[in-house]
Amino acid sequence: MLEDKDRIFTNLYGFQDWGLKGAMGRGDWDDTAALMARGQDSIIEEIKSSGLRGRGGAGFPTGMKWSFMPKEPKPGKPNFLVINADESEPGSCKDREIIRHDPHKLIEGALIAGFAMRARAAYIYIRGEFIREAETLAAAVQQAYDAGLLGKNAARSGYDFDLFVHRGAGAYICGEETAMLESLEGKKGMPRLKPPFPAGAGLYGCPTTVNNVESIAVVPTILRRGAAWFRGFGREKNEGTKLFQISGHVNKPCVVEDAMSVPFRELIERHAGGVRGGWDNLLAVIPGGSSVPLVPAHEIIDAPMDFDGLRDLKSGLGTAAVIVMDKTTDVVKAIARISYFYKHESCGQCTPCREGTGWMWRVMERLVEGNAEIGEIDMLWDVTKQVEGHTICALGDAAAWPIQGLIRHFRPELERRIEERRGRTLEAAE
Amino acid sequence: MPKVKVDGVEIEVPQGATVLQACEAAGKEIPRFCYHERLTIAGNCRMCLVEVKPGPPKPQASCALPAADNQEIFTQTPMVKKAREGVMEFLLINHPLDCPICDQGGECDLQDQAIAYGRGHSRFEENKRAVTEKYMGPVVKTIMTRCIQCTRCVRFAEEVAGVEEIGAIGRGENMQITSYLEGAVTSELSGNVVDLCPVGALVSKPYSFEARPWELRKVPAIDVMDAVGTNIRLDHRFREVMRALPRINEDVNEEWAHDKTRHCVDGLVRNRLDRPWVRKGGKLLPASWDEAFAAIAKALKGASGEQIAGLAGDLQDLESVFALKTLLNGLGSTLHECRVDGARFDVTTPAAYRFNSTIAGIETAPVILLVGANPRWEAPLVNTRIRKAVKAGARVFRIGPPVDLTYPVTDLGDDLGLLGKLPKEVSEAFEGKANAALILGMGAAVHAGAYEAGRAAAAALGATFNLLHIAASRVGALDIGFTTEGGVEAIRARAGALKALFLLGVDEIDISAFAETFTVYIGTHGDRGVSHADVILPSAAYSEKHGTYVNLEGRVQVSEFGVFPPGEAREDWTIFRALSDVLGKPLPFDDLSQLRAAIAAEVPRLGRPGLTPVEPLPAWSGTAPAPAGPIVYPIEDFYLTNPIARASPTLQRCSAEILHGQTFQEAAE
Repeated sequence: MLEDKDRIFTNLYGFQDWGLKGAMGRGDWDDTAALMARGQDSIIEEIKSSGLRGRGGAGFPTGMKWSFMPKEPKPGKPNFLVINADESEPGSCKDREIIRHDPHKLIEGALIAGFAMRARAAYIYIRGEFIREAETLAAAVQQAYDAGLLGKNAARSGYDFDLFVHRGAGAYICGEETAMLESLEGKKGMPRLKPPFPAGAGLYGCPTTVNNVESIAVVPTILRRGAAWFRGFGREKNEGTKLFQISGHVNKPCVVEDAMSVPFRELIERHAGGVRGGWDNLLAVIPGGSSVPLVPAHEIIDAPMDFDGLRDLKSGLGTAAVIVMDKTTDVVKAIARISYFYKHESCGQCTPCREGTGWMWRVMERLVEGNAEIGEIDMLWDVTKQVEGHTICALGDAAAWPIQGLIRHFRPELERRIEERRGRTLEAAE
Repeated sequence: MPKVKVDGVEIEVPQGATVLQACEAAGKEIPRFCYHERLTIAGNCRMCLVEVKPGPPKPQASCALPAADNQEIFTQTPMVKKAREGVMEFLLINHPLDCPICDQGGECDLQDQAIAYGRGHSRFEENKRAVTEKYMGPVVKTIMTRCIQCTRCVRFAEEVAGVEEIGAIGRGENMQITSYLEGAVTSELSGNVVDLCPVGALVSKPYSFEARPWELRKVPAIDVMDAVGTNIRLDHRFREVMRALPRINEDVNEEWAHDKTRHCVDGLVRNRLDRPWVRKGGKLLPASWDEAFAAIAKALKGASGEQIAGLAGDLQDLESVFALKTLLNGLGSTLHECRVDGARFDVTTPAAYRFNSTIAGIETAPVILLVGANPRWEAPLVNTRIRKAVKAGARVFRIGPPVDLTYPVTDLGDDLGLLGKLPKEVSEAFEGKANAALILGMGAAVHAGAYEAGRAAAAALGATFNLLHIAASRVGALDIGFTTEGGVEAIRARAGALKALFLLGVDEIDISAFAETFTVYIGTHGDRGVSHADVILPSAAYSEKHGTYVNLEGRVQVSEFGVFPPGEAREDWTIFRALSDVLGKPLPFDDLSQLRAAIAAEVPRLGRPGLTPVEPLPAWSGTAPAPAGPIVYPIEDFYLTNPIARASPTLQRCSAEILHGQTFQEAAE
């Protein structure tokens, strides 16, 4: 269990001042110049050895991502850091807590990360619906500018660095890194083809790294306390601490920081007050936000909550947005609602996702009622396989996986509904 | 050069080639919808998926993936087949499958590829999506339910046509292609989106429900709407040309054609001259060919060479002009002129009146000075090339009234006087640049001294000198010397002394000076030229004869016979041949091959199709005159520049709607 002294986000619940003064009291901005004086490569090495993996869902090693950036930017082609605060994944609410209660962790992290990857400036792309959060963040950035922590000679480190807050317009797809770049450039938020990857040609054609808010916000603390400290939590290749967002049928839903690889049962018992109606009442869990497949109760109860542990269950850690569903849940309807979400948020660029998400949602709606043939379950499975892996970005995959999870684990329930309805229909006809 | 293996066959591909191009080089067909050679890569239809090793264990879009050394590409594996079938199924689930009433039927990419790569049945049980029609102007009809969102039209409008008037709105399955406010697309190239559309979502409005592709006979022809010499294909059924489509010619029109080229064809069956007419007692009366010839012979009786003149109009093929010239020369006249618009320029050497940079070559110009030229209207497909040059970093300066050319232009003013005293900015921009170009338009060339001043300026700037012709017949007529000292003004000045004047399709100039002269009009349409004519001889339009055309860069191109001319109309050169017999001065050729041989004997390069290099322009010497005065572009209305276009209801509507802002009520369907 993570002890209080090891918590990175010490004002996660907003009990203290979010402003610069409060943040400094919690140790932020404490001689940032000294951290930066270690040198760019040394910072990247430290992050690499800390084992930090991207907190946005894909889990790509953060230090390695930074090392792809050109060491010497060409004239007229500066490096950029883009921070993804377009947190729109159903179930996720960690970035929001960071931004509204601990924005200076993010801003300091942006400076250090930006410095490490030789970025001229960073852009924080914040979700359009986060109105108060955007206000807080903008105010915090202003505080940092006023205190000389950003801008020319940022934090007296001798490095010039600017930070801009850009508000999105509420499209889920703009959380995809290349769609975010398009949106930042003022275009329609549609994912770009890769290659070229953003590290080669990103924002305005310049080398760009896109990182999640949490990945950036933990950087200063890792540097202050050392990679070894951070590496001390969690299993190998899944090190560190993580913000878990527990929602659904638990007694006390919450956002909480805990060590990676914490067993599911312990996470729920300790922080969320247990499952509503006891452990026997647990039906299934979506462990990483709406885009990962659900995991049935018996498989997840003792599973470690980390990237590899959940991958072994054919699911994923995603953003660690744990959606707990007890036995009162209409699981088919729940997945159908997720299908509707992806149908609604598909950008419409590539064929499989544009056409497939609508098709899958319509079949799901019928399956809720049992208004289908048994064979259509297999057809739906086939359709999800036709979408998965055939699109430019991962939204196609994200739309396919929840349905695959449902069919994998709850096929009997789907068949039962179909049979039941057929029985009813027969009766009515007689 | 990377070496890749396509289905086990190793081939070498050029640096920068994509996997799709590598597959094509290896002779493998890759289905595609969004990919188009001349547009940016969108990679969104996902039809071109192939398996690539090394790479992720999923199929990849071959159109967007660069070919790399030691890549292994598989185009026939079960994974690829499954992916293609999947994508095809997705494309079809919301496609209406109304092929029997779709104008694209028979030439539809989706139809063809569904047969090759699709499944035989549908598993889609839900309701199909329906999308409302979008208004895109007088030439593009939309049936948006058929749209597969490939975005080719969007990319074309933005990248090639240079008008950001087509785009996608909405998201996911509600994404729709539209002209935003549903106004007419104002580009003169809008018809190309019809060809680009792989399905029947954008179809030709004038051609809708007219014909099926398999009913049409297709002949290769050359467009006469401007001097570019766009390579076209005339599709005709029975005796009517149904549509004109561009053919690919990388040196000329790439694969585009502008709307006038495409849609003038309905003017070929309207307002036509289909029999000879002779004026008797001030009234034009129908006549037979014999009567018409007799009237001409009567008028010419006793006339000396200096009393006979001939003018050649804009749409003529080389053969017609040559036959008229031979006839006039036989009668002792050298009063013949093709520069009917009054343009004055040096005709002593071909390089003096050609577009010397060449159409394809202007793409590489780093800096361009336009003098009295509006290429967007005068030669739209030269304009697209200049636009390409600008996208590659070229700067364009202009002397002339400001008009939107779809790319940024530095305006110097509209007074010709500027040509003599170019600002420092211009000379600095030209300094040391190879392939720089000066383009002199007819708007400038009609001013005395402008041509010489242009030559002098080009020499001073070190730029290639180009003349931008706007008439299809012009360069060919100049090549065979259909000119006279002093130009059309000299002939006009002699109007009182003339006994007879031949007007070969001359409709664009004021001929009131010749009101008293006996005038023979040889042409296709009852347009301006016939107003004063004493004898009218009906001839064949460009679609109705074998003809040779020389485009503005001097390229010789041959057009083929499509349909017969209406009624008693005949091919122009046969008219002159028959007339020459009546006049007792028979022309020395009896068939087309003899005529062509005669042309080749006189100017050998005209006997060879293609662009024959000529002696380079001699260095400019002499004093540059100082022309002055405001420039007026010669084309007032892009859509109505010649008798065929003016007879076309489609182009009349284009003019009224796009240029004059008139709105039309669509009949409720």
